[in-house]
Amino acid sequence: MSQEIELPELGAVGLFRYGWRQLTSMRTALILLLMLGVAAIPGSLIPQRDQNPMKVAEYFSNSPTLAQWMDKFSLFDVYGSPWFSSIYILLFISLIGCVLPRSLEHFHASRALPPKTPRNLDRMEFYSSWKSKGNEIDIAQSALKSARFRIRTEGNSLSAEKGFTRETGNLFFHLSLILILVGVGIGSLFGMRGEAIVNVGERFINVPTTYDSLTFGKLLSEKDLPPFVITVDKFVAKYNTLTNAPEDYTLNLSVVEKPGEPPVKKVVKVNSPLSFGSTNVYLQANGYSPIVTVRDSDGNVALQGPIPFLPQDGNLRSIGAIKVPDADPQIGFVATFLPTQARDAVRGGISVFPEALDPKMLFSIWRGDLGLNSGIPQSVYRIDTSKMERIGLESLKPGESFSYDGGSITFEGFVPWVNLQVVRDPGKNYALLGGIVAILGLLASLFTRRRRIWIRIKESGEVEVAGLAKNAAPGLEVEIAKLVTLLKGEK
Amino acid sequence: MSQTWAYISNYFIYSAMAVYTLSFFAHAYETAWAVRAPQSSDSTDGNLITKTLDYTRTEKAARIATAMMILGFILLFAGVIARGISAHRVPWGNMYEFSITGALAFTGAYLGALRKYDLRWLGLLVSIAVLLTLGTAVAVLYRPSAPLVPALKSTWLVIHVSAAIISGGVFLLANVIAAAYLYLDSMESKGPRTVWAQRLPSLEVLDQLSYRLVAFVFPLWTFAVIAGAIWAESAWGRYWGWDPKETWAFITWVAYAAYLHARVTIGWRGRRAAWLCLFAGSTFLFNYIYVNIYGTGKHTYSGL
Repeated sequence: MSQEIELPELGAVGLFRYGWRQLTSMRTALILLLMLGVAAIPGSLIPQRDQNPMKVAEYFSNSPTLAQWMDKFSLFDVYGSPWFSSIYILLFISLIGCVLPRSLEHFHASRALPPKTPRNLDRMEFYSSWKSKGNEIDIAQSALKSARFRIRTEGNSLSAEKGFTRETGNLFFHLSLILILVGVGIGSLFGMRGEAIVNVGERFINVPTTYDSLTFGKLLSEKDLPPFVITVDKFVAKYNTLTNAPEDYTLNLSVVEKPGEPPVKKVVKVNSPLSFGSTNVYLQANGYSPIVTVRDSDGNVALQGPIPFLPQDGNLRSIGAIKVPDADPQIGFVATFLPTQARDAVRGGISVFPEALDPKMLFSIWRGDLGLNSGIPQSVYRIDTSKMERIGLESLKPGESFSYDGGSITFEGFVPWVNLQVVRDPGKNYALLGGIVAILGLLASLFTRRRRIWIRIKESGEVEVAGLAKNAAPGLEVEIAKLVTLLKGEK
Repeated sequence: MSQTWAYISNYFIYSAMAVYTLSFFAHAYETAWAVRAPQSSDSTDGNLITKTLDYTRTEKAARIATAMMILGFILLFAGVIARGISAHRVPWGNMYEFSITGALAFTGAYLGALRKYDLRWLGLLVSIAVLLTLGTAVAVLYRPSAPLVPALKSTWLVIHVSAAIISGGVFLLANVIAAAYLYLDSMESKGPRTVWAQRLPSLEVLDQLSYRLVAFVFPLWTFAVIAGAIWAESAWGRYWGWDPKETWAFITWVAYAAYLHARVTIGWRGRRAAWLCLFAGSTFLFNYIYVNIYGTGKHTYSGL
């Protein structure tokens, strides 16, 4: 009670000091650590915008009110949310407040001599004594020195200490966590990440407009994109004939790193990206682009080229939309590409193998308004057919054509497409360094023992030996027994 | 050729299950027989009852139980190796393979700890856990032996997955011991231990042991997470993306970090520490079972 009354007298500085002490206390750190673990849970159970925007959209269309409420609490962006951030920021402040003073303390302690030999050694652990021969201190000193103990001798007593690595490792472990956080921070401020679908045979030029999606860190802008050009020469996917699972993807590229330089041939695989400095190019996904030619009723080409389709299952049944905005009225094809076609009694056209062994394209033809000028962003893989009417339904094999009222479509063939992910993360090496130091520090702190050994020759001519193991670490008993044997001159 | 090896692997796994079953019965016999030791009728004093226990009668059963455990470990090891040969790769490509290797790591952790500590009493629980794991693996998770998908083709598979599986085996052992602690603790709070439980180690020993196991394997788990991050950077273009598997690995790491701090810095012992240990271990199990089977995200290698 009396403390409560005294509280106002603390003043602002006192209150801050009180708060700081609370925040940097071990108990608070532990609570924050557990809170961080618990706070990470919802993000693994609720779909997150970063990873699964489609699922999030599903939440919004299924139960809009609930989804809006969830969104208010950032439940779809847990790991960037204010509440998640505030927990880890507090944790790191607490960590810094705890570790920095301890580091200083430890630095001073490691330069100081071990504490003096206590007066009453017989009260310590592993005590033994016997009649002195007079040279015990010298023998012990050289033995302990070669065992890398830090030694203090004063007259007829010796105090030795070992195991500072424990605290050093502990501090390095915690400091390295800060380094990891710094690495993450640098990556998010100065990094960039973009994705682009590129058909085999086409070029990718590293400018913002060629990307399908592109995000920059807060301190990086469009003009920082390195000016490389990549031509996708060839893409080969191998599949297992028993399980249909992919076995290998190989992507052959020609890369021009800077304008004017000759192209260099490169091979990219899933686990070996292409690197330019801190920028990497990854092979992330692949699919098929049917090549079509759409003509109007006079035979003029209205649309020609490969159109990327979106894979729907492991056998690469892919859906896509062929939009012909220049036709009047506009024409659209809602299409499915089957690499190895088969018919299923329930599901209709399916694909039974991901490689294009017997390809076929099924489509319906729509006429009317594609809605491209409505201002609402549209998926390139889908058509909003609400203002259109269906005028036909057909399936074609490569090389075949189909004529409908107002034009014709030819299914010329197909090329694979690859999804290139371009990532720049200048912070990752700091994070990696932090990770390595964290493990080394952890090993040092968990597996070194801090202990002290004392020896004194009393005026009565008795030698005394004793020790102390911090944190009740095992093994000191054996160490002292060996030393005693040595000092007694027994082999 | 590779199919033959897959069949050989299956036979080894089935044989291992049979041997583990024998080990289970031998452990059960040992545990049950100790209860039948004559009790002194007029005394409820725990020490007196202990003196009347007849250890020699169960000694043979105990030896058989441990021998069967070792034989089971060897057979399971052969089964895992044969599975790897059949697929021309490390046998960690789907959940069936994770499970048989996990069971191997768990038995290995138990046998390793047995060399140093008197843990024979734990054999009953270990054999049940291993039988359940292998049973589920064979009945539910089995998939034909096949090559890896491209994302798994990396040396990091060996490094990351082996570290994760070994950590998991040791974490689970620590969990079983923490659970035993809590059970015996509640038993002791009601009075002296019942006869069979008197042969089990003291609460202090159990408490220390589960801590030692966690402290021993925590750096390895840290390494598993970091190795996973390095691999993710080369395969997926980012070292950390809060994928459900990553998130739960992080939660497990945080929980065990909290456990170690609670013990070393604040000085938690006994019941509270055991509960925290169980909580941390359950996050690992949740990650393995729930995230593998129902989870979305990039770690969808269960083959289910």
